[in-house]
Amino acid sequence: MSHDIWVWVAALLTLCILSFLYKDNPFYKFAEYLLIGVALGFGIAIVWYNIIIPKIWIPLRYQHQYHLFIPACLGSLYICRLFPKYAWLSRWPIAFSLGASIGMSLPLTLQAGIFKQVQSTMLSGFSISAIIAFIGVVATLIYFYFSAEHKGFVGGVAKTGIWYVMISFGAIFGYTVMARMSLIIGRFEFLLHNWLGVIK
Amino acid sequence: MRKSIPLRICLVSGIVMIIQFFIPHRYSQTVYNYTLDWLIVSGIFAIVIGLHSNFHLHITRIVRKRKGWGYNVVTMAATLSMAFIGIAFGIGADSLFMKIYRNIEVPMDATMFSLLGFFMASAAFRAFRAKTKEATVLLIVALIIMIGRVPLGYFLWHRFPELVEWIMMYPNMAAQRGIGLGIGLGMAAMELKIILGIERGWLGGAGD
Repeated sequence: MSHDIWVWVAALLTLCILSFLYKDNPFYKFAEYLLIGVALGFGIAIVWYNIIIPKIWIPLRYQHQYHLFIPACLGSLYICRLFPKYAWLSRWPIAFSLGASIGMSLPLTLQAGIFKQVQSTMLSGFSISAIIAFIGVVATLIYFYFSAEHKGFVGGVAKTGIWYVMISFGAIFGYTVMARMSLIIGRFEFLLHNWLGVIK
Repeated sequence: MRKSIPLRICLVSGIVMIIQFFIPHRYSQTVYNYTLDWLIVSGIFAIVIGLHSNFHLHITRIVRKRKGWGYNVVTMAATLSMAFIGIAFGIGADSLFMKIYRNIEVPMDATMFSLLGFFMASAAFRAFRAKTKEATVLLIVALIIMIGRVPLGYFLWHRFPELVEWIMMYPNMAAQRGIGLGIGLGMAAMELKIILGIERGWLGGAGD
C-alpha cells in the first residue's frame, strides 16, 4: 500500500467518482464540484502565465507596445454586458473578434475543409478500396442533400449513403468505447498497483 | 447605431483579414500578427465576463442557502485556491500547483471519462437494438472495431486488425469526409453570412 499522501488523495477521489456507478451520492457530488473548481482555477493560472504576462504585461511594461491599449480598451467594453443600460457596447469587441476570426478562418476553411478534401477524394488509382471510398463520399453527400427529394436514383444513392454513415458511426462508437475502456483500465491499474500494491 | 457600428466593424475586420490571406508580403504578415495579439488581448475581458457569471451563480446559491449549497462552497474554494496557488507560487513542473493538477484534476478527469464507457455501453444497448438493417450494420461494425483493437481480435483471426484498419481507412473515412465536406460548406456559408451582415443572431441579447 502506498505511503504517498498524493496517491491516497487521487485514489479516494477516483473512488468518489466511481461511486456514481451505484447511484448519485454526496461523495460523487463533492468530487464533481471539486473537479469543476480545480479545473477552473487551473485555467485561470494558465491564462495568467501564458496570456496575461507574456501578451499584455511584458509587451506593455518592457517592450512599450502601446498599440495593445487599443484592444484592451475595446475588450474592456465586454464589461458593459454587466450594465443593462450600456450592454449594447459589448457588441463592439464581439464584432471585432467575430469578424477577424472569420476573416482568418474562411480561406482556411475553404482550402482545408473543402478543396483538399475533394482533391483527396478523387480517384488517383483504380483499387477497389479507392472506388469504395469515392462512392462513399458522393453517397454521403447526397444523403445530406435535402434540396432534391430522395426518390429514384437520388433515393438509391442516398440509401447507400445511410449505409456508409452507419458504418462510420459504428466505427466511431467502437473506437470511443475502447478509448473509454483503456481509461478505466488505467484507473484500476492505478488503484490496484500504485495505491494498494495488489498487482505488481 | 447600436447595431450598424458592430456590423461595420465585423465587415471591415473580416474583409481585411480575408484580403491579408492572399497578400504574401511582410506588411500583410504584420497585420496578421497584430490582429492575433489584439484578439488575444480583447478576449481576456470575455474571460472576465465568464468568471463573473460563474462566481455570481455560485455566490447566489451560497447566500440564499439553496439545496446543496455546500457543493458550491467546494467549487468556489477550489477555484480560488487553485488560482491563488498557481499565480502566487508558480506553475513549474515540481510546483504545488502541478502536484494538485496531477493528483486531483487528472485522476478525476480520467475517471469521469471512463465512467462514460459504462453509460455509453448501457445506452447503446437500449438505443441500438438491432431492429433495422442499418442499426445491425452499426452494431456489427462497432463490435468488429472493439474486438479488432484488442489482442483477442488477433487471437481469433490474425487478419482482424487489418480488417479494422481497412474499415477505418475506407468506408469510415469516406463517410467522415462526406460529413466533413458538408460541415465545411456550411461553415463557409455561415461565415460569409455573418461578415456580410445577413446573419445577425450574434447581435442579440443586449437591447436594440
